[in-house]
Amino acid sequence: MTVNAGNLIYLVTIVTFILALRFLSNPATARRGNQIGAVGMLVAIVVTWIKTGGTSWWELALGMAIGGGFGAYAARKVKMTAMPQMVALFNGVGGGAAALIALGELHRLLPEPGKPSLDILVAIALSGLIGAISFAGSMIAFAKLQELIKGRPITYPGQKAANLALLGACVALGVVLAAGVQDQWLLWAVVAGGAVFGVLFVLPIGGADMPVVISLLNAFTGLAVAVGGFELENNVLIVSGMLVGASGTLLTMMMGRAMNRSIANVLFGAFGQVAEGAALAAGTDGGTVRSASAEDVAVMLAYAHKVVFVPGYGLAVAQAQHDVRQLADLLESKGVEVSYAIHPVAGRMPGHMNVLLAEANVPYPQLKEMDDANPEFSRTDVALVVGANDVVNPDARNNHGSPIYGMPILNVDDAQAVVVLKRSMNPGFAGIENPLFYNPKTVMLFGDAKQSIGKLIQDVKTL
Amino acid sequence: MSHNTLLVFEVTILVLAIFLGFEVISKVPTLLHTPLMSGTNAIHGIVVVGAMLVLGLNHKGPFLWIIGFLAVVLGSANVVGGFVVTDRMLEMFKKREPPKKGE
Repeated sequence: MTVNAGNLIYLVTIVTFILALRFLSNPATARRGNQIGAVGMLVAIVVTWIKTGGTSWWELALGMAIGGGFGAYAARKVKMTAMPQMVALFNGVGGGAAALIALGELHRLLPEPGKPSLDILVAIALSGLIGAISFAGSMIAFAKLQELIKGRPITYPGQKAANLALLGACVALGVVLAAGVQDQWLLWAVVAGGAVFGVLFVLPIGGADMPVVISLLNAFTGLAVAVGGFELENNVLIVSGMLVGASGTLLTMMMGRAMNRSIANVLFGAFGQVAEGAALAAGTDGGTVRSASAEDVAVMLAYAHKVVFVPGYGLAVAQAQHDVRQLADLLESKGVEVSYAIHPVAGRMPGHMNVLLAEANVPYPQLKEMDDANPEFSRTDVALVVGANDVVNPDARNNHGSPIYGMPILNVDDAQAVVVLKRSMNPGFAGIENPLFYNPKTVMLFGDAKQSIGKLIQDVKTL
Repeated sequence: MSHNTLLVFEVTILVLAIFLGFEVISKVPTLLHTPLMSGTNAIHGIVVVGAMLVLGLNHKGPFLWIIGFLAVVLGSANVVGGFVVTDRMLEMFKKREPPKKGE
């Protein structure tokens, strides 16, 4: 097959990928879009297979069987709560592949002196570096989310300077390579340095900021793949990689906005540290906390007109999604209007909570985004907060001293009454006091979320 | 086409792809951001095409074989895992289930 014929068929693949992303704008068509994308991918693989002339078919088949088999197995087995680390893992292997391709291409081109042109060498150095950062960074993100290593920020003095120096050294080596010192060891050094940088760069970032890191690494892999397209003079790699690069960048920016923090602050701020110092500053004015029994809350819920559930990651940890849906169904059967208010950073990756609730068969029209949910609270009788904390903290609106000041939140305190399901009075993930708990409108229902909701279901049934 | 002409075309489609990416992605609701991430993850699995070219087109000894083979393994894991997990997630998004008894 000629290069042109191959690239023309690759164009078909490009179109299917764009359609796949377009179909994602609506949950009703999203699945079909993904399937169209998968078909496009298959087309690209078959075309490439033909291009290689079939001389090494068994190596290709074996490699694809091993990789594909692992991917399919992992993707089928993974729990929806573990989705962030799964995405990190698949993202990392893609970045690793891009780095390997750079190493392979340089090895193939170098024996013939003077052959690789400047742009090819720049592309090789760049995709080697970015791919290695993405691979190693994703693996650390995976290990943190899987709790193989500590999720809390790991910091030491001079960290930023050391990281910057390392990245600078990698770039310098890449420049030397592109400038004409065509030695493969230079690229190996760039790749190894990039991998070390990836590790050091993700290690100091706390678990709560992982959504931002994962979408940024997603953008990195996309970029590495796009640059890889320049090495191989391949249109489908350039366009697909850059689509992903743009998508990851946009998502990263949206996440930053949802937390009212700059990307630089997330990446270099080691959030947990800041929060500890400021936690005391956010005074609670010695207010009292009202605790209620499940019976009381059941009465509030059953006689309400409108109840809004506000789920946080604590709900997923307690595996209480299904119980929440049962409670919601029960309330609906009693004529209560039920919806869910989802904060953009609820969960461990963008949109994670929606997936967890969809898994529990919550119909997606009931899942309200923050901007749609907030105006609704003023005509809500009961806002039921399950395992969420920082995303409903009014300090984000009023307390200039609070570390989360300025972060857009769900205004649950606009509701007639607020019920907070919580294990104990311990502060949440970021270690910040929450005045919502001391609000006279608020009652606390202490205990494990799953058990509390179980009790609520019992009690609502008997009413 | 000379090498430089090709390069200019490549840079052109790269830049257009950035704008297209922003345009298409900004229409995706937050509801679907997790499937969006895993879906785009699957799309960058297209790197497997590059890996296949490294493994399949070059016969210059064991080094390229090993590098290419590893890249194909990683790339295929990316493609298959990405599409399968996205499909699993999107399958769960439903408007309204017919009420199930005994659940």
